[in-house]
Amino acid sequence: MTEASPMPAMSRTPPLVVRAPPAELEREPLVANGRGIGWLSDTIAGVAEGSPPAWWKWCFAISVTMMTVCFLCVLYLMSTGVGIWGLGHPVMWGFAIVNFVWWIGIGHAGTLISAILFLLRQKWRTSINRAAEAMTIFAVMCAGIFPLIHVGRMWYGYWLFPIPNSYRLWPQFRSPLMWDVFAVSTYFTVSALFWYMGLIPDLAVMRDRAKTKMRKFGYGLFAMGWTGSNRHWSNYEKAYLILAGLSTVLVLSVHSIVSLDFSVSQLPGWHTTIFPPYFVAGAVFSGFGMVLTLLVPLRRLLKLEEIITARHIELMCKVLLLTGSIVGYAYAMEFFIAWYGGNPAEKHLFLNGRAADPFVISKLLHTNPAPYWWAYWTMIGCNVIVPQFFWFKKVRASMITVFVLSILVNIGMWFERFVIVVTSLHQDFLPSNWGYYRPTWVDILQFLGTFGLFFTFFLLFLRFVPLIAIAEVKGVTPQADPHHPLGGAKTGGRHS
Amino acid sequence: MNARPYAILAEFENPAAILRAADKVRGEGFRNWDVFTPFPVHGMDRAMGIRNSKVGWFSFIGGVTGYATGMLMIWFMNAVDYPILIGGKPMFSPFAAFPPSYELTILFGSFGALLGMLFLNRLPRLHHPLLKNRRFKLASHDRFFLVIQTNDPQYSETATRQMLESLGSRHIEFVEE
Repeated sequence: MTEASPMPAMSRTPPLVVRAPPAELEREPLVANGRGIGWLSDTIAGVAEGSPPAWWKWCFAISVTMMTVCFLCVLYLMSTGVGIWGLGHPVMWGFAIVNFVWWIGIGHAGTLISAILFLLRQKWRTSINRAAEAMTIFAVMCAGIFPLIHVGRMWYGYWLFPIPNSYRLWPQFRSPLMWDVFAVSTYFTVSALFWYMGLIPDLAVMRDRAKTKMRKFGYGLFAMGWTGSNRHWSNYEKAYLILAGLSTVLVLSVHSIVSLDFSVSQLPGWHTTIFPPYFVAGAVFSGFGMVLTLLVPLRRLLKLEEIITARHIELMCKVLLLTGSIVGYAYAMEFFIAWYGGNPAEKHLFLNGRAADPFVISKLLHTNPAPYWWAYWTMIGCNVIVPQFFWFKKVRASMITVFVLSILVNIGMWFERFVIVVTSLHQDFLPSNWGYYRPTWVDILQFLGTFGLFFTFFLLFLRFVPLIAIAEVKGVTPQADPHHPLGGAKTGGRHS
Repeated sequence: MNARPYAILAEFENPAAILRAADKVRGEGFRNWDVFTPFPVHGMDRAMGIRNSKVGWFSFIGGVTGYATGMLMIWFMNAVDYPILIGGKPMFSPFAAFPPSYELTILFGSFGALLGMLFLNRLPRLHHPLLKNRRFKLASHDRFFLVIQTNDPQYSETATRQMLESLGSRHIEFVEE
């Protein structure tokens, strides 16, 4: 016997054998085909190198045109006044607020993916967090335009911030609208900080790959001299964890505060305690819809199917199913409270202002159909029924179906904001006050124009910055695990 | 002219090899050395003997400053400098002042985390001897480097090189200042 056995009893019992789990229990790898870490650099950074493909140029031309439309609409508004919009008594909050709430909700998925899924150790997030965070930043930019322009005289927009002015007036902090200013501006700033910090190691990758002096200088400047030192990584990872924690409590607060803009008021349909969690769930729901709308075509166009795998898409569909169901529950609960609360104005709003369609409900109850029944039932169809299709694996696995359903989710969430903002206002306590809101062509072009702004920035992002967090994806491959045989371990566990 | 190079650089092929090497180099008592990897290698902080990062303190101080700024600012603006009565509400209430202060806590805390990280890492830095090295460009791609500075008290031109070779490094070179 060459080696002394520590426990003699062991020699008599047969050695313990841990069998590999059956193949169907093994998780699909996060990077398909066992691709190595060098391949990841080449593939992801390659998207932002070389000349842009034809589809990119076409999309960019269309986006810039639409962005110009957005700015022309702002110019028209500035020169003429808010009378060019469809606003009028009693609906004084229209498209501007609908679009603001919708866009800011879109952003929430990015922060959820980058922060909350990070804290929950969901490693699959690494393939999608960079693009989703970029989406957040650009969506918040689009959102920020609307409150700024809907104040009418937007050149006084800086009055929203506590800056000393010649009147020696200060903002009035007892108003939720003021809280909103702080929530949204903090959200934008912190999202940008978090995004930039995540970018630093990848900008160093771009710098080290750069062929021209110009690129070397540009990426080198923003990479700030990052070397990949482990002493730096140690501080970096701690800062990343802290930012993830801060972003988590931030993202939950932002749409909560946006919802307080409504729920602190006394208006039926707005004055609801369920609003903060319901808005946050809806925001995550719409944001994941947008992430899927963007990434399902992109992974194909940019040939990234091995990094953003079918499993990633499937997991996102499951998040849609969960948050969509929460939203559906919130709708049901709102309705229940409208009945159970016994407030006649609220009951009237929910039934005669929203739900009574001309075909069934109004016939059954012998009432007039609700003027905005079509908006309400579009919302229910897209937000409650559509996500239920994701129970089926076949639906989650079909990219075209996922793409179409994700667009329906976006439409449904826009209508949710429309229902909340417009229908609550259009029939208030006095029937002589009732009215019907119609957007004008400026309203519609202004909204479509923000898509131009969003996609212009998003396409530029694809061209200049790695759209997948290179260092983070490398870190979740088995090749990066020093205790895995592929990472060079002589003997190793099976964990991945 | 400085005759001595800045450091000796050893390249490794995979994370397990660099982890073993780091463990050994720390055990030998080196001080001015570091490991450069394309991503944070799990367990490397322990192998190198790096203690818990201090970034948290920067973030904490930022957060406390943010909350105090928010509360004091709102109290000063709405209750002292220009008090306006709104709907019979108190001039200052910590509840109404909470949401903006909460957001400022997060804002300042986040700046604390990012700037604290940069400060502790002594970044941004426009020049580094390693960034001039051709081979070192692979540190952001798929190679793992262990760098021992020549000003380390333990450093010896022959023995250190032999040690790195025995740890399995296939490529060793000197980095100029």
